Amino acid sequence: MGKQETNVVDVRTPRVSIAIPQGEKGDNGQAGAAKEKPLKMRTQGVNVFYGDNQALSEIDLDIRENEVTALIGPSGCGKSTYLRCLNRMNDTIEGCQVEGTVTLDGENIYDRTVDVVHLRARIGMVFQKPNPFPKSIYDNVAYGPRIHGLVSSQDALNEIVMTSLTKAGLLDEVRNRLHEPGTGLSGGQQQRLCIARAIAVNPEVILMDEPCSALDPIATARIEELIDELRKNYTIIIVTHNMQQAARVSQRTAFFHLGVLVEFGDTERVFTSPRDERTQGYITGRFG
Amino acid sequence: MQFFVLAVTLVVLTGIGFFFGRSHALSSVSGRARNLHSLPDYYGWYLALWCGLPSFGLFLLWVLAEPYLIDVLVINQMSAVLPDKWAGSSDLILNLVQSLAAGHTVPGEATPALQEAADHYNALKKTSFAGLAAAMASLVAAGLAWGLRQITPGLRARNQVEKVLRWLLVASATIAVLTTIGIILSLLFETIRFFQLTPFWDFLFGLSWSPQTSIRTDQVGSSGEFGAIPLFTGTLLVTFIAMAVAVPIGLMSAIYMADYASPKIRNIAKPMLEVLAGIPTVVYGFFAALTVGPFLRDVGMATGLEVSSESALAAGGVMGIMIIPFISSLSDDIIAAVPQSLRDGSLALGATRSETVRSVVLPAALPGVISACLLGVSRAIGETMIVVMAAGLAAKLTANPLESVTTVTVQIVTLLVGDQEFDSAKTLAAFALGLVLFAVTLVLNLVALRVVQKFREQYD
Ligand SMILES: Nc1ncnc2c1ncn2[C@@H]1O[C@H](COP(=O)(O)OP(=O)(O)OP(=O)(O)O)[C@@H](O)[C@H]1O
Ligand SMILES: [Mg+2]
Repeated sequence: MGKQETNVVDVRTPRVSIAIPQGEKGDNGQAGAAKEKPLKMRTQGVNVFYGDNQALSEIDLDIRENEVTALIGPSGCGKSTYLRCLNRMNDTIEGCQVEGTVTLDGENIYDRTVDVVHLRARIGMVFQKPNPFPKSIYDNVAYGPRIHGLVSSQDALNEIVMTSLTKAGLLDEVRNRLHEPGTGLSGGQQQRLCIARAIAVNPEVILMDEPCSALDPIATARIEELIDELRKNYTIIIVTHNMQQAARVSQRTAFFHLGVLVEFGDTERVFTSPRDERTQGYITGRFG
Repeated sequence: MQFFVLAVTLVVLTGIGFFFGRSHALSSVSGRARNLHSLPDYYGWYLALWCGLPSFGLFLLWVLAEPYLIDVLVINQMSAVLPDKWAGSSDLILNLVQSLAAGHTVPGEATPALQEAADHYNALKKTSFAGLAAAMASLVAAGLAWGLRQITPGLRARNQVEKVLRWLLVASATIAVLTTIGIILSLLFETIRFFQLTPFWDFLFGLSWSPQTSIRTDQVGSSGEFGAIPLFTGTLLVTFIAMAVAVPIGLMSAIYMADYASPKIRNIAKPMLEVLAGIPTVVYGFFAALTVGPFLRDVGMATGLEVSSESALAAGGVMGIMIIPFISSLSDDIIAAVPQSLRDGSLALGATRSETVRSVVLPAALPGVISACLLGVSRAIGETMIVVMAAGLAAKLTANPLESVTTVTVQIVTLLVGDQEFDSAKTLAAFALGLVLFAVTLVLNLVALRVVQKFREQYD
């Protein structure tokens, strides 16, 4: 518990005032190494079974800090399953079994000593369908900080709520209705509310499972901008069916097919010169 | 018996009509059913309805009107021959005549005039039955002939049958609604009669309930006091105890089943809980009276508390157990209806399961859960058997759960058990209590249903 708190506080303090010094970080650490960002998460030999069905086999994937990693692939290939491995949401599914190692900052998150609750506070998640709680907008965002006891005063809580809503690009639209139900917002606003809710806990990684699939192009564009913005402070992994979106927002792309990771690399490279013909087929098929 | 034979004959004839109509329709297109407008069965139904419905209607009319007609005829015939002392008491005479006609002996009164009337009565009944049978037979025949003439390949038998079915359904619904209205009206009228004998405010706010009234004017005895407050408080006390047992246990088991239990356990536990709902309340009643009541009294003795062997606690506690499945089953459905995505959202933020239940699932399900509890309350208020057996009869104004109390339902039962004069204040009081009970549960149910509806809309 003590560890958790110091950890969260440590991470947050710089973040609140971080907006500009982001570029500096990239220069500092990675100047020589061909702009390789440091490793944030790594999965090795991950197999996932639903009962007797194997949904994923032998997935090795490295996720780097402050990058957007896009997961693409045909429906049913296991993208959501993989994403849920990363914050152990698969634990809640009856009969789901995960093998292999998934590390966050070098620590295996499937280790018995790891506290799932703490882990999920470090790895936030945004779902395909906006799922605001039937509470006020304010309470939606304050939910996470409250359950984790991140703040001791009402002022501090207000501040977190405001910064989260600002970062999610929602504050201007809801400033006067913070105490109205979050379910009364439009779909796109709800999705940004869910993003704000995830940010409020100060996660290090944000997982997004088709966050724009229920949204119109304008709302989608807003969220894409937002993702690009958030990249400065967070590591983001996004599942998408939209090739253009993957190309636009991500730095790395992983192509899944039938439960295996077919290809993984720089987004530009994957989209311009895919090495595997399955990747090529999928991408060109979509582009038409 | 005769009527039974008549009814069976009618059903058989209708069945024959069905096959007749079917084969007639088929033969009219020489067996090629595709050339018929409707499926052959519909022609069968069409003819069967023509055969059966008119004479069934006649039958109903007859059954309703016949006794009245015969009575009038008998009385008219007798009024000429009867001595004056009978004048004006036609009900009594009719009773005598009817029992004579049925072959019972009538003490001392079997005068020739009465005997004659009885014979006349029997003769009339016979004629009437023969007439009915003849009329029905001819209606069946006429319906058959008419229906057969109508059946042509182009006849829209399906639409016609559909129309008749619709009216049959409307009739059933009307009967259901009318009976309900009838019951309410009779409650209302008897209650009004009661308030002519006992002032309304004395009933609603009186503190003393002792409904013993003298049956004859020369009897010594109290004139009865009908202050219903002790009954209301007793009902409230028992209901409160029942809900104090049922709500926490029911709700928590609902939460367990909806959010914690694996599907396997849920599939076993839920039906098991619902078995509780199938136990007849009288069984709960003697469980409360013979096991729980004495047990509580013994515990009381051991701890120096004074517990009467019929106590509000025993009755309320057992009633609570009876209501558990009611609340848990409804709440379970409602909690399970809270979308999984909300739970996922909360868990993904790092909330534990119980935090998720407490802060997301329960608030979302709250309206539904409240209305489940309200429905439980209205059951508790209306529950009779358990309190009759275990709560006692003394209308005490007390809030002590260890004493015996009485409830509205118990008093209705005791008011109406045994020989009663129908229009005494004592009997009529039961109607007033019944009306109060009805009004309270009606309001509770309406509110609960309304809330559930709101809740449904929220997630549909
Ligand atoms: N809860 C579950 N129980 C059993 N099987 C599951 C479950 N969830 C997913 N699967 C199976 O695992 C495989 C991968 O599913 P997953 O949801 O990860 O696909 P996906 O790539 O996200 O597809 P989509 O693009 O349609 O969302 C599928 O074959 C699916 O049927
Ligand atoms: Mg998916």
